[in-house]
Amino acid sequence: MIVSQQKPWEEILGYLDGEDGIFILGCNGCAQASGSGGPTQVAEMQQKLEGAGKEVTGTMVIDFLCQKALVKSRLRARTEQVAAADSILVMTCGLGVQAVAASVNKVCHPSCDTVNMGGSRGEWPSDERCMECGECLLEYTGGICPLTACTKSLTNGACGGAREGKCELDPEKDCGWELIYQRLKQKDQLGQLRKFIPPKSWDKMMPNPKTMSTALWALEKTG
Amino acid sequence: MSLKSRLEEGKFVITAEVGPLKGTDTSEIEEIAELLRGMVDAANATDQQSSVMRLGSLATCRLLKEKGLEPVLQMTCRDRNRLALQSDLLSAYVLGIENVLALTGDLPALGDQPQAKPVYDLDSVQLLWVINRLNEGYDMVGNELQGKTNFFPGAVVTPEADTEAKRELQLIKMEKKIATGARFFQTQAVYNVDSFAKFMKRVEGFNIPILAGVIPLKSAGMARFMNKNVAGVFVPEELIDQMAKAEDKAQMGIEIAANLIKELKDICHGVHIMAIGWERKVPAILDAAGL
Repeated sequence: MIVSQQKPWEEILGYLDGEDGIFILGCNGCAQASGSGGPTQVAEMQQKLEGAGKEVTGTMVIDFLCQKALVKSRLRARTEQVAAADSILVMTCGLGVQAVAASVNKVCHPSCDTVNMGGSRGEWPSDERCMECGECLLEYTGGICPLTACTKSLTNGACGGAREGKCELDPEKDCGWELIYQRLKQKDQLGQLRKFIPPKSWDKMMPNPKTMSTALWALEKTG
Repeated sequence: MSLKSRLEEGKFVITAEVGPLKGTDTSEIEEIAELLRGMVDAANATDQQSSVMRLGSLATCRLLKEKGLEPVLQMTCRDRNRLALQSDLLSAYVLGIENVLALTGDLPALGDQPQAKPVYDLDSVQLLWVINRLNEGYDMVGNELQGKTNFFPGAVVTPEADTEAKRELQLIKMEKKIATGARFFQTQAVYNVDSFAKFMKRVEGFNIPILAGVIPLKSAGMARFMNKNVAGVFVPEELIDQMAKAEDKAQMGIEIAANLIKELKDICHGVHIMAIGWERKVPAILDAAGL
């Protein structure tokens, strides 16, 4: 289970600046359970976007957006609606946004922040990784998470350490930022790299001190 | 004349790197400081370079200053969170240090204590932004400082790239560093002047002083090691050959470095000599380069 919540409406609207046609994707998995990207929220989002003067070319809620094969096969039936859109608004966790961005050659905007569950980590059998940072940056990085793809979790671009596209730590591992560069280039979004990403609020992904209390401490409290 | 004034007046600048050792014996730093005083315009003190635990750059900068050498404080984001970075910046300023070079920092996993927890709370671009906030009289969340700083912030760039992505990412990040407050750049080691000239052409419009990195070669083996292991360093085969054939390796290393400096002199704003243990040979290199 991965918990996500809607980003502020102004932030989402800012992502869609200059775009008219939007395709909305929701998730019947954790996002539905979180109340951030199930059928109800997708329908609400469609209304809000239309109210803001956007054209919603189509909507779809898929069982698990983090499964690339499923995303591809289900979207095939909606190829025309997706093609007609300028971008896809993905209403789910960071894993789902990354899976959709890797599966469809369209700009994919994250609609949610993935929030921390007190130190436990969501596990998913795919290449996409989400650190549940609570301030999703996938908008700026082509749908590849810089926190998990870059060994140093750098948010403002690559360090100088890559060699032939591989991380200095491990010649088997791709440089996350080179992947981000290629993805942004493919989606004609290289301008995103020029944006200054302010320091992150890491406290949003630190385990809540209350949930880190020891059993002894908890027992003492029971008096 | 300060590093800042020299760069602002468009004078050719020479900086050198001083790498602190592991331990409290500072005699070598003091000896090198005396040797370099008057020969270079400023000296960088590295911040636990290669993630190997050593004497800190802040204390080293102060020692350099006491010996009459203008220091450049290298500050990485590897070991300190935002509180420690800001506090150390204030401390540095109080100790009379005015130049700061903002770096991301090597991974702890590549150093001598790979068990360490990497910090990277901020990155180099954000650190430059923070330095400029302190210069404006505020900490990074907007609290007013009692007494502000007046730092001259610098940054680094790797001019050589082996992929298009790396080249473009370096250039875009360089622009971001300038936008957030970098006032000068020091580069990774340059061995191919033609290729460096192309880089200089591309960044011409940035209008910012660039000090080309120079690492004197000690042997053919060292050159091959760097080609294999140091990102962004490409020593041409021709130079490796010259080192391999030379009878006096030290003399050849000095000559190659001096020739590079002579060629670089006309295409950039200064040189930054990273002698890595050969600090005592810096005067000979500068002499051979006619500086």
